[in-house]
Amino acid sequence: MSDHAAHAQAHPPVNYIRIWQILLALLVVSVLGPFLGIKIVTLITAFGIAVVKAYLVAKNFMHINMQPRFVVYILGTTLVFMLLFFAGAAPDVMKHSGDNWQKPYREPMPAASAHH
Amino acid sequence: MRPIATTRSAAGIQTGLLAVWWVLASEIVIFGGLLGSYIMYRLAHDAWAVQAANTNIWIGAFNTFVLLTSSLTAVLAHQAAEQGDGKLAAKRLYYTCIGAATFIAVKSFEWTTEISHGMTISSNTFWSFYYTAAGLHALHVIAGAILMLFVAADAKKGRELHRVELIGIYWHFVDIVWIFLFPLLYIAK
Repeated sequence: MSDHAAHAQAHPPVNYIRIWQILLALLVVSVLGPFLGIKIVTLITAFGIAVVKAYLVAKNFMHINMQPRFVVYILGTTLVFMLLFFAGAAPDVMKHSGDNWQKPYREPMPAASAHH
Repeated sequence: MRPIATTRSAAGIQTGLLAVWWVLASEIVIFGGLLGSYIMYRLAHDAWAVQAANTNIWIGAFNTFVLLTSSLTAVLAHQAAEQGDGKLAAKRLYYTCIGAATFIAVKSFEWTTEISHGMTISSNTFWSFYYTAAGLHALHVIAGAILMLFVAADAKKGRELHRVELIGIYWHFVDIVWIFLFPLLYIAK
């Protein structure tokens, strides 16, 4: 048995066209959601659907669930580092004052120049 | 003689495949840091919403469609490679490259329009993030497409078919990065 034939047995059959259709349907929802003008709907349709789309691509196209467990641990560790970075840096960026410190800088309000 | 990445599997998977996962792990840190910084600043500065309103959601959506479709052709190329059909795998990889070229062409048009309207990388922090994040991603698209051409050329001759899966995994990751860039840069206004 060739390497490729053996590898093919490891991947269960997936209807890739079907997954692609679902991804496109989710794209349409994420684009139309913000037009309702409701902030919570925009957040869910934009970012919630992004997470679902990423999951579908990772599971069905990258076959991440078929990889050895340590691969998931490696990728998961980098995600944890990302969260640590966010938690460490966010207070400095997002707050303007704290115990014994102040940040005088304010992002200037630029003039709107919509062209689309 | 076949390369060692093809034949050795000390970790239980091909060394080449393991290397791709390590590359992606480092990419998560790179893009994660960039997007994490963007989110912090975006939440902290309401003024960014005014600038974000200038990005064109339809162009972003079209490019999302292009990348999702190119991911489909990439995984179908992998499927063909698993069945030992190198020619079909190469053909599907070429389709993926056409998707990459389309993505870059659309992005060039988009950036030209924005820069001609005075929105440059030095205009303010929002546009600095915008061009850095989208530019870094576009570089990954270009690099992936170039590598894919080499993999497709080999696959067409029935050689090194395992590389079709490796370049495919990288390509899907590039797709996933865009899946998050799209709402951040084009929808959150």
